[in-house]
Amino acid sequence: MRDRLLETPSQTAGPYVHIGTAPQSIGRPPLINQPGPVIESNTGEAIVIEGTVLDGAGAPVRDAMLEIWQADGLGRIGEFGLFGRTVADFSSGLFRFQSVRPGAHAQGHAPHVALLIFARGINIHLHTRIYFPQDLEAMEQDSDMKRLEPEARETLIAREAGRNEAGLPVYRFDIRLQGAGETVFFDI
Amino acid sequence: MTTDFYRRDRAQHPAPYAPGYKSTVLRAPFRPLHALEQTALDKTGPALGHAPLGPLDHDLIRNAATTGDALGERIYVFGRVLDENGRPVPNALIEVWQANAAGRYAHVRDGYLAPLDPNFSGCGRCVSDADGRYLFRTIKPGPYPWPNNGSDWRPAHIHLSIFGEAFAQRLITQLYFEGDPLIPLCPIVNTIADKSAVDRLVARLDLRNQEPFDCLAYRFDIVLRGRRQTHFENRPEGL
Ligand SMILES: [Fe+2]
Repeated sequence: MRDRLLETPSQTAGPYVHIGTAPQSIGRPPLINQPGPVIESNTGEAIVIEGTVLDGAGAPVRDAMLEIWQADGLGRIGEFGLFGRTVADFSSGLFRFQSVRPGAHAQGHAPHVALLIFARGINIHLHTRIYFPQDLEAMEQDSDMKRLEPEARETLIAREAGRNEAGLPVYRFDIRLQGAGETVFFDI
Repeated sequence: MTTDFYRRDRAQHPAPYAPGYKSTVLRAPFRPLHALEQTALDKTGPALGHAPLGPLDHDLIRNAATTGDALGERIYVFGRVLDENGRPVPNALIEVWQANAAGRYAHVRDGYLAPLDPNFSGCGRCVSDADGRYLFRTIKPGPYPWPNNGSDWRPAHIHLSIFGEAFAQRLITQLYFEGDPLIPLCPIVNTIADKSAVDRLVARLDLRNQEPFDCLAYRFDIVLRGRRQTHFENRPEGL
């Protein structure tokens, strides 16, 4: 006999997620203390993470909402952890965060960013991770990464993609929801 | 802070691939989820529910008003945020969005012919108190049609996004209203196989908590994932 309550079931965020989570993206004023795509932190190297969520037909998911949660540049979490939220561009589907490259927050774990994806047609949010190409050595020692097939691991590593107009290094991270090159999603 | 959360019981959640809801067909992953141990990162989260909100964020009847109150059936939606162990979750941030009383969203992409309400944006937020209690005031949203299997109709619903204390508890869902005949006909509701799970998404009319001669009340409790317990811990009371 189960002596616990049952978690409230998830439902899709739907196509109008912007109203409640990113009103500035539909031309309304942002609310007080509303999280957004730019994370300010002087604890590490400022970076841009951008990409597209692609469906099983290779089309961009233009109504996605994405959230990241990561250690700061010094590997600190808890009250120092960094959170950001962004939405896909209505026409191109491109999403973009500005953050800092995270430090390692625990022994045996390569630095990474936790990423959640919400959208119409996604009934329960998808959880994945973004790793960085500079941390390949740490990934060799990472117990989670070690258990993935090489091609699956590859889907979690952002690609260096030059610098933006402001001179910040850009990391490209595309998410394939389904089929060839499908991103690894986690049950955590 | 280091105790793990119970694994998510996916049978309580909608199936990712649910062809009755057509948008899932190209958006549901083919491969099974890869189970991981929780790291310290997963077991902490942003303290969004500790930051002050705007004074009218919880009041959708007034927070976008220009000429007067929003039109529609005036309601409170209230309840408690608990974890699976039955403990209150304080400082949970609840963000809500919804259609207006006519079933129209104030969103550039909603082309439904029903009228907009110039006094309603459908956006609100609130935070749970020390006992996990939350409340917002709004109008009951209208049902609306959407293209799926021809013209399907959504039951009246409010979208909710909830942050507990840890990223592992993150949840977005929708609440429905007791007695709505559209609930069992909805392809999105029916992505959840277990009817008793659907029932836990239905807010209940609660006349005792009405505002007399002003506004009805609907109760909706929210359960987030809880942390694993040791056998030595006492069961919380009231379960
Ligand atoms: Fe909706």
